[in-house]
Amino acid sequence: MQSLQWLLDLTPDEWAAVRLSIRVSTVAMIFSLPLGIAVALLLARGRFWGKSVLNGIVHLPLILPPVVTGYLLLLTFGRRGPAGAFLEQYYGIVFSFRWTGAALACAIMAFPLMVRAIRLSVEAVDRKLETAAGTLGANPVWVFATITLPLILPGIIAGMILCFAKAMGEFGATITFVSNIPGETQTLPSAIYTFTQIPGGNSGAMRLTIISIIIAMTALIASEVLARRAARRLAIE
Amino acid sequence: MSLTVDIRHRLATFELDIQFESNGRLTAVFGPSGSGKTSLVNLIAGLLEPQEGRIAADGRVLVDTGKGIFVPRHKRRIGYVFQDARLFPHMTVSQNLRYGRFFVPTSERYGDVEGVVRLLGIGHLLERRPNSLSGGEKQRVAIGRALLASPRLLLMDEPLASLDDQRKAEIMPYVEQLRDEAGIPIVYVSHSLAEVARLATDVVVLDAGRVAASGATSDILRQLDLLPEEERAEGGVVLDMIVDSHDAAFGISTLTSPAGEIQVAGLDMKPRSAVRIRIRARDVIVSTVRPQGLSALNVLSGVISGISTGGGPFADVLINCGGQSVSARITRQSSETLGLRPGQPVFAIIKSVSFDRANIADFGREPAVAADATRTERVG
Repeated sequence: MQSLQWLLDLTPDEWAAVRLSIRVSTVAMIFSLPLGIAVALLLARGRFWGKSVLNGIVHLPLILPPVVTGYLLLLTFGRRGPAGAFLEQYYGIVFSFRWTGAALACAIMAFPLMVRAIRLSVEAVDRKLETAAGTLGANPVWVFATITLPLILPGIIAGMILCFAKAMGEFGATITFVSNIPGETQTLPSAIYTFTQIPGGNSGAMRLTIISIIIAMTALIASEVLARRAARRLAIE
Repeated sequence: MSLTVDIRHRLATFELDIQFESNGRLTAVFGPSGSGKTSLVNLIAGLLEPQEGRIAADGRVLVDTGKGIFVPRHKRRIGYVFQDARLFPHMTVSQNLRYGRFFVPTSERYGDVEGVVRLLGIGHLLERRPNSLSGGEKQRVAIGRALLASPRLLLMDEPLASLDDQRKAEIMPYVEQLRDEAGIPIVYVSHSLAEVARLATDVVVLDAGRVAASGATSDILRQLDLLPEEERAEGGVVLDMIVDSHDAAFGISTLTSPAGEIQVAGLDMKPRSAVRIRIRARDVIVSTVRPQGLSALNVLSGVISGISTGGGPFADVLINCGGQSVSARITRQSSETLGLRPGQPVFAIIKSVSFDRANIADFGREPAVAADATRTERVG
């Protein structure tokens, strides 16, 4: 009981880091999902000029040092960057040094993982089933909604969880792009990093590390359960 | 209902050049593998767009490359039963059946789920998933799913090809009921002569992407040269007959047609019901005199209308019996010894006939059980 007390006895800043990390990861996951499905479909089925270029761009964050990705984000989406200035002027959206910027960095870093998972499940769909649905009167939109989407659901769930987990752990691009401001952009990894940099911070770093592990495990188990349920519906177990 | 096809379409290995018109209730597209049968139905269904040509069903133009018309597949209302049933794995049988119904305007829907389920005998499967069904059950569900989309035309691409003989026999009666009861014209692809003879009202014979012949089934089956090599030895004719009477003492039923009377072992059918029989050419013996002292019951008298000899040792003798044709496969030697020639009156001794009990106009009862659906009777 005493250790549980110790675990939950977080300072307001530590609580803020936990809440922020969950919020950033959830937002990153939800907002990148539609684009992730679209890009996965394009890469799995599209035949167009520049497909390998698109594939390369999507996978770039996986290969580049996270600091490079973060720096590129800063150049593009910073207040003076072309995209950043445009978004602020016309939509009032600011990314730099805000939690939204952390979410953007996490989404971009996790995007290749999400696309890969969904793309694999799209490639596994038997297109003959879609043809059959077409002969039964379903137009392409209905075919997608009633046949393709349910069949790739396990891949979508896997992609979402991978994205969430990657976003929870993202550090390099986030700290480069939006820095490490407690209560605004200090996510769990940034907070742990900060603890390791100050004397007597070991206890706080350990607390947050255990909390990270619990969140990650919960997410993985949840995805496992959801994917199994989806797979049972498809009866491919 | 009429189906008009006039298309030219180049495929990877050969070119399709197909013209035919059919008004049949069940038009069989018959030919060896690779003759373009599946491509033809894919063109009709809208899964393939022809490079040139026109397809119309029931006066409705589906494709006309000259006028730039191409109706997309989901607007054609053409049911398609695929060789591999293609049931949706994430839906139950019941959801599969109702899938197409959703897309049909209420005013244009016909048939009802209960009726189709009863017709196909799939009531006990409704809550099951497709992957737990046998091949025959899957095919029946696929037929039901296509029917419930209220199609104007039903395409069946070798729906029995992936099934063993027992499963084939299980499904054939349902196809016959469909043909006779549902009132939807059917285009049925097959490379099996037995299926065509049993099911088709009209036949289009394809060979290397071209129409080798088309017309009524009985006319086509008579032209043995059209048959693919492996079926040629099987050649024969189909006769539509009427059950005339039963002789309970001997257990013999008499069938009649303009060709004459045929007696078979007792059939469990009402008098005046229609039955289709197939007489294989190799089961017919030709005699120039009325045979006596023979055990064979069935002797038809007629006049030789033609003798065709290929390069081999056999000759096919076509005998006109009261307007209907019977063909006999005999050796060329016998033909010469007997001095057979067109115009000569002869007797055709029929050793055995094939018929099927389910192929009866009396559809008030359940279709015949699987193994009993097709029988070959040795009568003599």
